[in-house]
Amino acid sequence: MDMKATKKKLGLKEKYRVMTRDLGWEPGYRTKDEIFPYATYEGIKVHDWDKWEDPFRLTMDAYWKYQAEKERKFYAIIDAHAQNNGHLNITDGRYLSALKVFLQAISPGEYAAHKGFSRVGREFPGVGTQVACQMQAIDEIRHAQTQIHALSNYNKYYNGFHAFADARDRMWYNTVARSFFDDAMSAGPFEFMIAIGFSFEYVLTNLLFVPFMSGAAYNGDMATVTFGFSAQSDEARHMTLGLECIKFMLEQDPDNLPIVQGWLDKWFWRGFRVLGLVSTMMDYMLPKRVMSWREAWEIYGVENGGALFKDLARYGIRPPKGWDDAEKAIDHMSHQLMLGLYQWSFGTSFHSWIPSDEDMAWLSAKYPTTFDKYYRPRWKHIRKLAAEGKQFKNVGLAKLCQTCQLPVVFTEPDDPTMSCHRETSYKGEKYHFCSDGCQHVFENEPEKYIQAWLPMPALFAELEGDIGNWMDWVSLRDGQDNGDYVGSVDQRNFEQWRGLATSNS
Amino acid sequence: MTVAATKEYVGVARDRVENFNGKQLVYASWDHHLLFAAPFLLYAAPQMSFRELVEGPLTALVQPDPDGAAIDWTQVEWLKSNQPWTPDFERSLADNGIGHKDQIRFRTPNLTTLAVAA
Repeated sequence: MDMKATKKKLGLKEKYRVMTRDLGWEPGYRTKDEIFPYATYEGIKVHDWDKWEDPFRLTMDAYWKYQAEKERKFYAIIDAHAQNNGHLNITDGRYLSALKVFLQAISPGEYAAHKGFSRVGREFPGVGTQVACQMQAIDEIRHAQTQIHALSNYNKYYNGFHAFADARDRMWYNTVARSFFDDAMSAGPFEFMIAIGFSFEYVLTNLLFVPFMSGAAYNGDMATVTFGFSAQSDEARHMTLGLECIKFMLEQDPDNLPIVQGWLDKWFWRGFRVLGLVSTMMDYMLPKRVMSWREAWEIYGVENGGALFKDLARYGIRPPKGWDDAEKAIDHMSHQLMLGLYQWSFGTSFHSWIPSDEDMAWLSAKYPTTFDKYYRPRWKHIRKLAAEGKQFKNVGLAKLCQTCQLPVVFTEPDDPTMSCHRETSYKGEKYHFCSDGCQHVFENEPEKYIQAWLPMPALFAELEGDIGNWMDWVSLRDGQDNGDYVGSVDQRNFEQWRGLATSNS
Repeated sequence: MTVAATKEYVGVARDRVENFNGKQLVYASWDHHLLFAAPFLLYAAPQMSFRELVEGPLTALVQPDPDGAAIDWTQVEWLKSNQPWTPDFERSLADNGIGHKDQIRFRTPNLTTLAVAA
């Protein structure tokens, strides 16, 4: 016999109150300042934490239910992918380079974001914020796990996936993402929210998910599409949390405005530099392309970003300082970084290649004012060298930017024929930068950035420039993981297995 | 501005010259020759003569450019820390005032093979 319920079920509003706001308490024998020592030192003034609006009003029980459903779907598709040799359904083995870059540079970032949100969830005094951050922390660790699980299927068959954690920490092209997260995690809780909630989730996520997840769908990679779907519904919540935090700071006290503006300037530029990797992936690494980097920037940068800053204008916020320089770089950055990745391909855990005639025609159509003028002559010369058996390897290695840590591959905003040379001295030491944006970030907090571990100088300081030792240390297997795609083990295996799958011979 | 922190914050510069085994880093860049994606990172002893630097690593590194073999190093225009500058080829890097992490640039206005296509 069923028990008769004596009480009515809680309504949504009541449930939300009971399962979030009611979880807080007033401390009795310690002061709030002792319990939350990091809430004030950045200078942000909060007068009433209860004014924090939770944009999603999600409670933990509902959260578990949604996430469990997504996990079931995710693992069902991953199993199907593994059982049906899904790794042979991709368009071309070159597509794997995009996945390798993602796994090496971005997935460890998800894990870092998890640690960061666990920390700020503890450091923010407001209970609404604590619960929201806790849920985001669990999302982020789930994203790291699902990405690693999805891509481990490719690791069984192809090179370059086996040591992504070492690659994240030690590889020169990944330190742009690593330094972004290290910087955010060593900042205070409010700055962390701007770094991840605004810059990573708002500025980067769309530009990341369009090329990677749509790119995965276009290129037949169902495993990646699946983690994309699984993560994307969380991302909307994360973006809103970041934006809510910005608005909350601005509404609490007018003194917060200049601090927030400074962080938006800094983290816009830092995020923009991480996007360098994404731009090359979109324009060069997808065998079947979704849209050009320029087109993606028009939609997600100019239109969406523009709307965001219009929305924040009523608080006195202006578009970030590097906005105009970013716009000027759009037609150049993917080409400049890909030229670098190609000439240093002996030191990458993925393959690169010289664009084909068809690729160059596409690039020329998408970048009518820049590709033929500046970049086609360089690729044609590189192709000529390769045809003569002299593949272009730049063993000069590269000057790195002290702030974003990318090789200084970018040009002057108004002169694409001239490298951007920026340097400054601090306490008797010289420091170099790729842009005014990165130099400004350094000059605001020099004590922080002088400590940067820069992978190329470290190669000389720690290993006397011995590339072989360096390859062992970064878990890079020379001749397998690196170099040109043409003639690689990955190319041979992909074509052979695909041939077996699609023919009778 | 300084780093916001709960107590005094002191950073330690990581790339100081004493960490480089008696040698130093020198950056070199060939203006308007962007086949080379970034300025070169060179690792050299401060006692090395400027001529050795130029005729050794620098000459070797620029060869992939179609203008690489045609450089007349005596006609090159030099900059150091973005300022015009005249090196003494026979003297050492240290005597030429090229310190750790200094950047030298060189210009060859008559060599433009891979320059902007019309």
